[in-house]
Amino acid sequence: MAKNSAKDIEVTAFATHQIITQPNPLRKVLRRVEEKDLDDPIGRAEQALADLSGEFKSWMTTEVNRLSSAYVAIRNDGFTKARRDELFHAAHDIKGDAATFGFPAAAGVAESLCRVIEHAPDLEKVPAELFTHHINAILAIVHENTKLDSISISAELSRRLRKVADDYLADVNRDRPEHLEVILAPSIAPAE
Amino acid sequence: MFRIDFNKLRFLVCDDNPHMRRILRTLLHSFGAREVYEAEDGATALEMYSHYVPDIVITDWAMPIFDGLELAQMIRQPESKGNPYAPIIMLTGHSEKRRVTVARDAGVTEFLAKPISAKGLYQRILNVVASPRPFIKTKTYFGPDRRRNTNSAYMGPERRVGEKHEVLQQPSLLDKARSSI
Repeated sequence: MAKNSAKDIEVTAFATHQIITQPNPLRKVLRRVEEKDLDDPIGRAEQALADLSGEFKSWMTTEVNRLSSAYVAIRNDGFTKARRDELFHAAHDIKGDAATFGFPAAAGVAESLCRVIEHAPDLEKVPAELFTHHINAILAIVHENTKLDSISISAELSRRLRKVADDYLADVNRDRPEHLEVILAPSIAPAE
Repeated sequence: MFRIDFNKLRFLVCDDNPHMRRILRTLLHSFGAREVYEAEDGATALEMYSHYVPDIVITDWAMPIFDGLELAQMIRQPESKGNPYAPIIMLTGHSEKRRVTVARDAGVTEFLAKPISAKGLYQRILNVVASPRPFIKTKTYFGPDRRRNTNSAYMGPERRVGEKHEVLQQPSLLDKARSSI
């Protein structure tokens, strides 16, 4: 359904480019409804996510175990591109998923870890404590997250680790302005 | 006011993380979608794209074999026998501005930074359904118009050269519909 036939596609040529227009191939799925329409697809989807949330802790544990295993492999056998990529992807998945799974502070710590992996000029020279503190923090946040008082501690832990990581990255990249610019640039993701 | 008939839309979801695929499937089914196809890597997604001809592609960035960026570039082949115009929504944990620019230059239609929300996903789908942008083809780019807004105060060099219609203003279908009420 999503594709118009070639005769519907109009091409206007200019010296350096072409502009291609066509009737909206998806127009038939738009439906006009009354303002008082009670259907609430977003509310329905949020409820479906809430219904799924009983599984989030177990999913998060799987993600954290993957991260932990990736780092154990590096600690035992050193960095290779494959091991570095696995560590980064594991951290990156937590960065993206953890807030949805109810662990926003873990997402913050994982983001900080991703930045270290991405912007440290030589991963072999990164102090091992910087990795272990991040990974242990994520483990602790996931295991302790059910206690109300631990949520603010988790957020504080996330903030402090990010500060330590950013200070480290700013120092080791002081002669690499292109990395410094990226490190200092604000994220487009919404804040916690 | 407009709603989307999700049951008439066919989705292709591509993410290597099974948990995120489950979340996306749950959200899309809750919106009303019936046809949601899933791939766990870029190569499988490309094969499914040709086979199922989805209306909308939702893809992660970082994936094995080839990633979401490469998937977008392979879909956006103007001479391809398939559909090079399908909307592509990139859903990713990457949240730096430079990443958005790279995704845009690969032909991605919408960018959605994780964490995912029902509202954010719905809004991106509404954008691509109700407000499709014209496509631009240059020597180095084929994809939706990267200029979403016209800046009358712009002082830099004009990168598109030609006739006077250098920036095409196309009111969205939604805007047209609203103005006709």
